[in-house]
Amino acid sequence: MPRISADLTFADRLGSWRVRWGIGRMNYIVPPGLYAVGRPNSDSPVLVTANYKKSYDSVRSVLAERDCWILVLETYGINVWCAAGKGTFGTEELIRRIGASELTKVVSHRQLVLPVLGAAGVAAHKVKKETGFNIRYAAIRAKDIPQYLDSGMRTAPAMREITFTTWERVVLIPMEFVEALKPTAIAAALLFFITAMLQDRNAGFLAVCGYVGAVAAGAAGTPLLLPWLPGRSFAFKGVLTGSIWSIIFYMLAGGSGWSRFMALAAFMILPAVSAFYALNFTGCTPFTSRSGVKKEMKVALPAMACALLAGIAIAITGMAI
Amino acid sequence: MKGFKYLRNVTTLKMDSGKCINCSKCIEVCPHHVFALNGDKVTIINLDSCMECGACAKNCPAAALHVDSGVGCAAGLITEWLRDHRLLAKVECC
Repeated sequence: MPRISADLTFADRLGSWRVRWGIGRMNYIVPPGLYAVGRPNSDSPVLVTANYKKSYDSVRSVLAERDCWILVLETYGINVWCAAGKGTFGTEELIRRIGASELTKVVSHRQLVLPVLGAAGVAAHKVKKETGFNIRYAAIRAKDIPQYLDSGMRTAPAMREITFTTWERVVLIPMEFVEALKPTAIAAALLFFITAMLQDRNAGFLAVCGYVGAVAAGAAGTPLLLPWLPGRSFAFKGVLTGSIWSIIFYMLAGGSGWSRFMALAAFMILPAVSAFYALNFTGCTPFTSRSGVKKEMKVALPAMACALLAGIAIAITGMAI
Repeated sequence: MKGFKYLRNVTTLKMDSGKCINCSKCIEVCPHHVFALNGDKVTIINLDSCMECGACAKNCPAAALHVDSGVGCAAGLITEWLRDHRLLAKVECC
């Protein structure tokens, strides 16, 4: 059985940084199975996690000077929360992994410590029935594991209260950019050629700046300012950041010199683009619901499409006359 | 959850109080404090905070909870819609 260290090396930290930028993210894995941290014996606690290396690292790194078992499930390199939603961090895999690692021969107790966010995939009562192991949902964050273990396996209310701090939002932004890169490049290229053809290259360059800024306002500005933007709808929050960007762009790019058509088109198209990226960020938050996003999309997507088409029509009219 | 609120009156979470055995498992797994013990009875105190993750329903030994859980991001829902309308064959998601 592999004996592993609780210390994160420079390579671990670099790897963690790389996946935040989407580099090798779908293949950042450790083999599933049972691992030993320190010198655990048959009484030591068993902590369960996913085989996304970042999940496994976050668990082992808080176990310095401790003796624990870590049971890593095969989640195909996906973190606990997303894998639980998909069912790979799930009842069946846990039961299978308990058997494959012969856990009943390794420990004498029958308790497993799971992350709270894994509960969406694991039915504790079914695992108990099949394997005899009791599941304790300890905490949301790995950093609370030491306190949980030291307090006799008791979860303080704050440990199961989800947070979404500024830093927790900031680390998600690089991936938002990486995901937006390809569609933005295509849209920017189209925008440049069409505007350059209808008007001139300067106008094309300006249009691309406006568009890219609107993507950034939606994909980075909205997550960053999330708690301070009024309203509950993400699309609405995106319209706000997009409008702020439109005003900044208007002032920086000499908007007073634009035709009325161009100004109107910019103020219709840019907030709609931001709203789309803001709406897409719902997938990264730990408090939006599927039904809520569905409801929002029914109103927001047609509204965005209308604003976009009307804006394009106005811009073309402006260039034509 | 402090500082963040999403749309009201949208969650599909339903509780069948007749089936509930007040084991408190839902309180243990809910990251948004939707449930609480009122005396010895489990009640929903914060319905609008529900993010439909499905952890409560999954871990309810009495099958007293129901919620329509699943992919909740716009891109995922658009992909799902396209697939349902046979406009897309392969589905990729996070």
